[in-house]
Amino acid sequence: MNKEKRNRFIAIITLLSLLITVLFIISLNMGVVRIAPLDVFKTLVGLGNDRDELVLFDFRLPRMVLALLIGAGLAMSGAILQGVSKNDLADPGILGINTGAGFAVILFIYFFQGSMMAVSTLGIFLMPLFALIGAVTAALIIYVLAWKKGIDPIRLILVGIGVNAGFGAAIIIFQLKMNPQDFMQAAVWLSGDIWGANWKVVSVLAPLILILIPIAFYKSHMLNLMNLGDSVAVGLGIRVERERRLLLMLAVALAGFSVAAGGGITFLGLVAPHIAKKVIGPKHQLFLPITALLGAFLLLLADTLGKNLLAPTEIPVGIVVAILSAPYFIYLLMKVK
Amino acid sequence: MNGNSSGQANGTAITHKSKSSLAGLLVLLGGAIALILSLAASIAYGAAEITIPTVWEAVVHFNPEIASHQIIQELRIPRALGGALVGAFLAVSGAVMQGLTRNPLASPSIMGVTDGAAFALVLTLAFFPAATMMGLTFASFAGAGLGVVIVFMIGAFSTGGLTPVKLALAGVAVGSMLSAISSAVALHFQVAKNMGFWYAGGLTSVSWTSVQILAAAGLAGLLLAMFISRSITILSLGEEVSKGLGQNTFLVKSIGVIVVLLLTGAAVSIAGAVGFIGLVIPHIARFIIGSDYRWIIPGSAVLGALLLVLSDIAARMVNAPFETPVGAITAIIGVPFFLYLARGERRGL
Repeated sequence: MNKEKRNRFIAIITLLSLLITVLFIISLNMGVVRIAPLDVFKTLVGLGNDRDELVLFDFRLPRMVLALLIGAGLAMSGAILQGVSKNDLADPGILGINTGAGFAVILFIYFFQGSMMAVSTLGIFLMPLFALIGAVTAALIIYVLAWKKGIDPIRLILVGIGVNAGFGAAIIIFQLKMNPQDFMQAAVWLSGDIWGANWKVVSVLAPLILILIPIAFYKSHMLNLMNLGDSVAVGLGIRVERERRLLLMLAVALAGFSVAAGGGITFLGLVAPHIAKKVIGPKHQLFLPITALLGAFLLLLADTLGKNLLAPTEIPVGIVVAILSAPYFIYLLMKVK
Repeated sequence: MNGNSSGQANGTAITHKSKSSLAGLLVLLGGAIALILSLAASIAYGAAEITIPTVWEAVVHFNPEIASHQIIQELRIPRALGGALVGAFLAVSGAVMQGLTRNPLASPSIMGVTDGAAFALVLTLAFFPAATMMGLTFASFAGAGLGVVIVFMIGAFSTGGLTPVKLALAGVAVGSMLSAISSAVALHFQVAKNMGFWYAGGLTSVSWTSVQILAAAGLAGLLLAMFISRSITILSLGEEVSKGLGQNTFLVKSIGVIVVLLLTGAAVSIAGAVGFIGLVIPHIARFIIGSDYRWIIPGSAVLGALLLVLSDIAARMVNAPFETPVGAITAIIGVPFFLYLARGERRGL
């Protein structure tokens, strides 16, 4: 790794961390209840009044922490999917993995919880599991259907779009059986909403996502080799198909856990890796960490915008992400051959 | 991703003219008979028990004093007819799209049409709350047009042209952007509830007025489609062939786009998000009839009508007495078909 690149990498990482910190502080101040920066600081060190303490610690902080985690998780998931499928347009949302996870969560709530409003503590622990099962099922279906003497990137995307539509239809059928209030809640959640954010959810998801992301960093070398093509990788003595499945599993798990807390956020997994690649180049050791930070930053930004732009209406974060990044996706689409 | 190189697998079939007309006639006749039967079943089936003889009675000797006659005349018949028209229009516009673009995945549901229409509806409801039924219909026409135009523009301006994958992805991107904006507007102006009827609407709210609007716009579209059907057959063999034979391809394509706008605009404004009929039916029609669009277009119309009427009956039966959105039923039929096409040999892909 040459020195110039390394310096650039360190500079970008520092800049992103700084941006996230600033955004974090701004976001803490903003919301339906405005709390002045000084009061935020006082509350954080334990000198604030009860109301500020409640708003900050029980409502805002867990939601913001979740936004950072989900953003990093989805961005990493997209980056791995793009690397493994050698397809620049892969994204867990477009491929139907998010919808599969969403379907499993809807089923779980419908059969075991009774209501979107009252998810039990046990439910909070079980939901990521169900989301994971759903995501894995969707990924398996896509993999099997796209398999025809190997995985063709174009076929993979087309099959993904189809599977996405199928799960979408299945979700509608179950959604309509819920009561009207749950119907709306589920609809908002499916379009991407950090919902029911509290410390219990954070404590379940944070370890899962924070373990998976470093594993992906560790696999950077493998992703680089895969980019060179299967024959090169095989020549270097790598069991390509096995590694590919392992990496896919990693991407699917990251997407599934993110969906469990954040619903179906599309395009983030596509946009973050692209921007990262643009600023630092295609070497995974460098661009994966930037992807993770960028994803975290973008999702916190989208959530802050969604909460405040049209206040008192809260726009679900997934909608903000879609409005911001779909044009970028279309631009990419027009450029790709 | 070189999509424009080869057409549908129909280059050879064009010479078998006799096959086309014979199979076409059979499809039209058989389809029409099946359609009449399923229309009768659709009218007879419902929450209130009504027998087929009563249906016949209500049509020939309508008596406003009898409740079941009222139900049949005011609810069931417009619904069944509306379903048939919507199905026919979607299928024909799918056929025209596939023929013009030589793209096996082209169809109204993956082209951002429905999301475009919903987008325009939300804006209208938010900013002109007093809009009439007519105004809303017009808005959804405009919105459907907007969706198609954006997707086509993306294709026209992108490197390498509009390949099937690009078309599908552009449809996904444009669709999700438009629907995201609609959701934001709907949430802010609190018109989400008014939109509910449309998303989950299906064919529930079809009235005689809507059938009339559908019929007026759609018949014009169908006539235009028949008018250019011969040129579509030639165009589906390739742009060069068509030009070589002295066809004005620009004119044909322009008329084709107008046909698509008229037909999908009308269908979407009445029935909302009903997907996949426009994808599946033209393929089935081509499979049976061959490659002559003079037969494919009417054949698609009949088969599309049949499929939507049957799906509507299924939508009412699956979870009776509640209704399942008919779009979910057509998606369940259509998704496996889409996957089959996506997996298929690189015919046109």
